[in-house]
Amino acid sequence: MIERTPLLNLATYTVMVLGALMVFVPLWLVYVGATLTVREINTPELHFLTGSHLIENLQAAWARGHLGGRLFNSLIMSLGVAFGKVAMSAITAFGLVYFRFPGRTLAFWLIFITLMLPLEVRIVPTYAVAANALWPFQSILDATGLSDLIKAASGLQIALEWNLLNSYTGLILPLIATATGTFLYRQFFLTVPDELLEAARMDGAGPFRFLVEFLMPLSRANMAALFTIMFLYAWNQYLWPLLATPDRAGFGTTAVVELKLLAPTVSTNGGGTPDWNVAMAGCLIVMLPPLLLVAFMQRYFVRGLIATEK
Amino acid sequence: MAAVTLKRVKKNYGTTTVVHGVDLEIKAGEFVVILGPSGCGKSTLLRMIAGLEAITEGEISIGSKIVNTLEPRERGCAMVFQNYALYPHMTVAENIGYALKVAGLGKAERMARINAVAEILGLEEFLDRKPIQLSGGQRQRVAMGRAMIREPDVFLYDEPLSNLDARLRVAMRAEIRKLHQRLGTTSLFVTHDQIEAMTLADRIVVMNKGVIEQVGTPDEVYHRPASTYVASFVGSPGLNLLHVMVDRSASCIRFKDGQTLPFEHGQAVLVPDGPAIFGFRAEQAQLSEQIGLTLTPGFQEALGSTRLLHGTVANEEAVIAIPGNGPLDATTSMSVTIPASAMHFFDSTTGRRLG
Repeated sequence: MIERTPLLNLATYTVMVLGALMVFVPLWLVYVGATLTVREINTPELHFLTGSHLIENLQAAWARGHLGGRLFNSLIMSLGVAFGKVAMSAITAFGLVYFRFPGRTLAFWLIFITLMLPLEVRIVPTYAVAANALWPFQSILDATGLSDLIKAASGLQIALEWNLLNSYTGLILPLIATATGTFLYRQFFLTVPDELLEAARMDGAGPFRFLVEFLMPLSRANMAALFTIMFLYAWNQYLWPLLATPDRAGFGTTAVVELKLLAPTVSTNGGGTPDWNVAMAGCLIVMLPPLLLVAFMQRYFVRGLIATEK
Repeated sequence: MAAVTLKRVKKNYGTTTVVHGVDLEIKAGEFVVILGPSGCGKSTLLRMIAGLEAITEGEISIGSKIVNTLEPRERGCAMVFQNYALYPHMTVAENIGYALKVAGLGKAERMARINAVAEILGLEEFLDRKPIQLSGGQRQRVAMGRAMIREPDVFLYDEPLSNLDARLRVAMRAEIRKLHQRLGTTSLFVTHDQIEAMTLADRIVVMNKGVIEQVGTPDEVYHRPASTYVASFVGSPGLNLLHVMVDRSASCIRFKDGQTLPFEHGQAVLVPDGPAIFGFRAEQAQLSEQIGLTLTPGFQEALGSTRLLHGTVANEEAVIAIPGNGPLDATTSMSVTIPASAMHFFDSTTGRRLG
């Protein structure tokens, strides 16, 4: 029901304007901060008007934060997570919805459980696995006494190791393994009428063709939405990249983690005047790619959220 | 074109049996309609032939090969679905040509065949549209085109007309019939609408509760119903059915309220003495000055060319059809005569036809 009375309109607009201000003012302050000099930003009063040193600050942030390489790392990681997530969600949901196999319910619940185990909860074991992806196998061998047996028989000590730290694989894989996308796809697949599958079968399409030529095009909007959400999720990751990229000099890290290092502390600028203006400029740079992505993708996934294709 | 043979075909869902051992032979090029109420197993039967449902027991063969374990695409069937099941993300041309694309035909040949089919169905100007932009009748045509283009051995129709409005249904019915005359493909058509069955079929298969009640031409099914079920399901209105006692020594049948109806020839002479169900068609009964059955009139329905007079005979409901459209003064009991040739008798316990 839509009601239009002056009073309600006023209330609605008040809430909307307040909401917009709450979102916009901090962003504006970041932008203003990025345009000031070190001296200006360290004066006690809050600045609401822009200065004229934006370009210098951006250049300083870019150089000091190695943002070229860091942004590239972030981009690879975010794209990897987004693409990997979309592909894996579609395939797992396809398996769950369209195939009857033994252990299907078990598989469903195992996937479901991962919803309760976000990365932050399983960070220690995940780090252990990333440090040596074969560690679980090693511990199985050790626990069952197999490695001792082999050592006794052949004199060879089994030591499996596959280090994923400081690699894109290590950054990406732990973030892909969650159930959200699978369930999004599962819900969508369940709404696809059975007759569509039957008609496709009558026309001779096998399972793979049905996935590629029917489900993929029909779920374009879902795909765009999931891709965008996962890209943002991966781009904004802080804890995992912080742990998974100890080799700052070689592999480097992601842009969001590097941002922390731009923030002036005793360790980063040796106790000099805190140059928040450069940190703010770094923020602006790091915010830009996800902003562009949302601007570009929003017409696809807004359509996906509001319009039901009949 | 291919014959379709079903041998003792059964279908169970868990412990419930929905199709109880159906035997049926469909000749090559025949148009067979499976008629029955919803839930009688007719769609399940069709889907077993198509390969969309597994067969619990029995054997289905198309042409000379047994297809029990074949995938749908290997059976040479094409199906038209009740809600058309058009591919929403493809244009009309892509919808129609999809089977050919899967089969790996080149684009040029595909387009040639799509155009040929579109011409037959009058869809040329819609080839670039998406299904959502089409009307119900056009969607129906696209669904037909999708089935036709594969030049299948057997057409399977699963209540394809039930989503159309009444006028369009009549028109599409005629088109399906014309198409069958032109292509001569073996066709199986599932419906719950007895008029569709009567108008389309070479032979009708009447099903009830997973069992075939009768197989016959529309005339046979209408004029010699094999059971009270067929009798009441086919025809509008269905056959009048009244409980009677046959008394051969007195050459008459006795109704519950004591009135009698004499018979001389026709079916009744073959009927044994004792209780039976007596049936007659509404339009074969006539109002008469002579002594006949006494009908206590109830209400009337005017259908234009005829009017239906509902009433009771021996306290059981009966309908007779009176030609003409003049008002009928029906307040007192009337006498109704029925020609001996129009009398039907059924077993009072099994409901099967007697004689």
